[in-house]
Amino acid sequence: MAQTQQLAEFRFPARTDRLRPARQVVRDALQALGCGKEYIDHTVLAVDEATCNVIRHAYAGDENGEVILQVLTRGDALVIRLIDFAPPVDLATIKPRDLDDVRPGGLGTHIIREIMDKLEFVKPPRGAGNVLEMTRKLEA
Amino acid sequence: MESQTHKEGSYTILRLSGEIDFHVSPKVREAVLAGLDEGQNLLVDLSGVSYIDSSGIASLVEGYQHAKGKSLSFALLGVRDGVMSVLKLTRLDKVFPMFDSVEAATAANK
Repeated sequence: MAQTQQLAEFRFPARTDRLRPARQVVRDALQALGCGKEYIDHTVLAVDEATCNVIRHAYAGDENGEVILQVLTRGDALVIRLIDFAPPVDLATIKPRDLDDVRPGGLGTHIIREIMDKLEFVKPPRGAGNVLEMTRKLEA
Repeated sequence: MESQTHKEGSYTILRLSGEIDFHVSPKVREAVLAGLDEGQNLLVDLSGVSYIDSSGIASLVEGYQHAKGKSLSFALLGVRDGVMSVLKLTRLDKVFPMFDSVEAATAANK
């Protein structure tokens, strides 16, 4: 199995004003890796959308919740882990909607799935609620 | 995020700037709907917007639908590459009318 290397970790309360610094952590890590602008912009967007889902849906607005964002590499892939301490979430409930239906809302999941190659909940460490792992092949 | 509104001809122009995410998108939604409440066509100037997420896009979609319901025109102005990329990801680049200038929007609406 390819070696995993952690590039950054950011722990923050489940508040929407923390989305901006979380984006910066991802941006800085990908810039340090030498990724291109579009790769960085899209990945930052996908992580922002996923983090937003944790704040809105997993914690349902409970600002006392904690979120841990990890940026890692595993072989030739970028791995983003979002760890929360909220009740378990079923990935099947996170479905993109039909884009032909022009209406507000429901676009975040589509964006995440469009950008990232793989999305899965992995076994959480003791005490944690959910670990969402998103993988995207690194640019050659 | 900052927003400013002014009138130019038959348009209300709402200029947004900065980063639009879930933290500030309720203010964007409010500004877009307030711009349309005046009963004029609305141009949302995004030339100062460096980042937008799906909640910001949703505020624009809501404005677009609100305008349609009132038979007003709703268009985007000065969309930068980063924002365009998100519109493309959500296939809304085919939905929103987009212009580079107020003059171009006015000419298209004649």
